[in-house]
Amino acid sequence: MDNEAPAGGGKPLTLILARELASNLATPMFLLDARGVLVYYNDAAALLIGRAFGELGEIPAEEFGAVIRLRTSDDKPLRRRDTPAGIAFFERRPAHRTLAATGYDGVRRLVHATAYPLFGSNTEMHGVVSVFWEVAGEEDDA
Amino acid sequence: MQARVWGCRGSVAAPGPDTVKYGGNTSCVEVRLSSGEVLVLDAGTGIRPLGVLLQAAPCPELHILLSHLHLDHLQGLGFFRPLFDPNVHIHIWGPPSPVLPLSERIAMYLSPPLFPVHLNDVPAHLTFHNAPEEAFSIGSATIRSGKVQHQGPTVGYRIEEHGYTLVYLPDHEPSLGTELRSVAPEWISGYDIARDADVLLHDAQYRDHEYSAHVGWGHSGLADAMEFADKAGARNLVLFHHDPYHTDNELEELLDEAREIWPSAEDRVCLANEGMTITFDSEGVRFVTPSTAQP
Repeated sequence: MDNEAPAGGGKPLTLILARELASNLATPMFLLDARGVLVYYNDAAALLIGRAFGELGEIPAEEFGAVIRLRTSDDKPLRRRDTPAGIAFFERRPAHRTLAATGYDGVRRLVHATAYPLFGSNTEMHGVVSVFWEVAGEEDDA
Repeated sequence: MQARVWGCRGSVAAPGPDTVKYGGNTSCVEVRLSSGEVLVLDAGTGIRPLGVLLQAAPCPELHILLSHLHLDHLQGLGFFRPLFDPNVHIHIWGPPSPVLPLSERIAMYLSPPLFPVHLNDVPAHLTFHNAPEEAFSIGSATIRSGKVQHQGPTVGYRIEEHGYTLVYLPDHEPSLGTELRSVAPEWISGYDIARDADVLLHDAQYRDHEYSAHVGWGHSGLADAMEFADKAGARNLVLFHHDPYHTDNELEELLDEAREIWPSAEDRVCLANEGMTITFDSEGVRFVTPSTAQP
């Protein structure tokens, strides 16, 4: 992807503001940068993943599947690019679907997921915001 | 490179006997490059007396770098005499917006009924530029802008020349929603623009006991401004964008509070005042305030 963050440089303001919003939300929120790296998730998302962000740090796109497994709501495999975050990242458009998410704790949770790209200008994508809402009463052990 | 402060008041001009020492004009800093070009950082009311000077010693080409378009950074533009000189070419740089081009946003103020002359009708030749985040050159300087946390599209400017760096962040609230002490520097608004600056002109509008009543207004309390400067590794911090309600005496109390925060480096922080010059040359960085300049 373009817009790689310079080594040791600051993050784009759009990502900084999104992170500040996430850190103050009780709703699980994930933040990808323009390279597709998971650069932040909030404490509410940590409850889904089973580990705090401070424990794992930034996670490259190719390792994200090991952190949280995403499948369709009827438990079929799902390519990363077909998740809402993947669609927002690769197709640069908002997306929404219901997913089954399983984190480190092994608990399968049904969630509504919405993702949208962050554009700093009309052409410059700074990253993706992905928000999960747990579907009430729809969890079981994997 | 030499910078001169023509206005360092925030929000609204505050002339009067209580603000004589530090000045009542709003944001404007002239930067003269060693290659001769003149940059003007913001067009608050301080740009009016600068325009008088430039009328007496005209520059055929000027660059006005706007941090944002709040009135205290724009109000003086219509009273900047070079704007009415057909022999002057003025480049106006400002934060991009997805909604309207820079010229149209500025013309919202510089047009009737708010101003008698429409921006399109001023005699000077104007060219408008979206301030790019990629480095660009003007004369001997390399300049970068970066979006920073304030209300509405706002940028800070980083000006580098001959190994020295001047950073201008007049309106900035990097602490909003975050804890500056604990967050990694790359996650702090403005860090990339400000890091390792020789001189950082930074918003310090509020004393710390005042800030809690102004969270989200887009400006910094003193301790946050100093924490930001520390995180960015700035060597000198010039407290800027003085609150219009702060008298000279209150500003000096604010400076005392700053020096208590940095007890072993009190020369590292000072108050901006009108007429202050900051010179960057082979002898280093030198600050001269009007009082010390007088015999």
